[in-house]
Amino acid sequence: MRARVLIRPKQGILDPQGQTVERALPALGFDGVSDVRIGRLVELDVPDIAEVEAMCEKLLANPLVEDYEVVAVE
Amino acid sequence: MTRFGVIRFPGSCDEVDALQACERYGDAEILWHRDRDLKGVDAVVVPGGFSYGDYLRPGAIARFSPVMEAVSEFAREGGRVLGICNGFQVLCEAGLLPGALLGNDHLRFRCRQVEIVVENIDTAFTRACAREDTLSIPGKHTTGRYFAPPALLDQLEGNGQVVFRYAPGQNPNGSLNDIAGVANEGGNVVGLMPHPEHAVSPLRSSADGGKLFESVALEPAAA
Repeated sequence: MRARVLIRPKQGILDPQGQTVERALPALGFDGVSDVRIGRLVELDVPDIAEVEAMCEKLLANPLVEDYEVVAVE
Repeated sequence: MTRFGVIRFPGSCDEVDALQACERYGDAEILWHRDRDLKGVDAVVVPGGFSYGDYLRPGAIARFSPVMEAVSEFAREGGRVLGICNGFQVLCEAGLLPGALLGNDHLRFRCRQVEIVVENIDTAFTRACAREDTLSIPGKHTTGRYFAPPALLDQLEGNGQVVFRYAPGQNPNGSLNDIAGVANEGGNVVGLMPHPEHAVSPLRSSADGGKLFESVALEPAAA
């Protein structure tokens, strides 16, 4: 089964990458964009998608500073 | 004589300076990342660099290396462990030190001499310092912004686990509370972002960093 893990900086943690992108967008004519947050995407084939949460806790994410979401994909 | 072990991961780059810094105060040898045996050393240094290419997150892969299993056990038994820069990141990822290191707030690699104030002299690596000593040592990193959630941060401040703080106005990365280095509750595990091993001789930037290694030699018996 294909699993997709979306990893994001936790709410309230300063995300300088997001801020930088947010500042760059108006220069390209995209106005009104706010709260840009940049995370990571991990896709993996797994025998059992129920195991992915444990993978996130131990390795794929740092639960102290990142939230993650596991999604099944076709 | 105190025996130091300095770990070498694929991608380490400051292990030779760390080895030479240790050799000023005792015997020192390199421990390979595949070793499970710490060879009876009295203290372990986890050096700077880019262990395992910093893949995923700095320190995320290194913490699962065979040698780190041995270091974790050593630390839990009171063994003295110093993490410098990438080594600090590895110890945080391994759960041996509290908190996490995030990307610098300005997103740039910054390399410059910084002053850090010693806030706790009762750790295994600060016994040779005087309280409020200011050490001038180089910092060089992209991922050095110390972070801990508010409750943990209060706990660290209350317990005296903030060992090093950047001098006023010198925080190079946006670290919370200007934190440059922390200890575990026992004070036997210490990590910091700036590099004491690069500052052990007046011919280099300064000799202030030597105090961290000297501290280990002051207490030669393994804890």
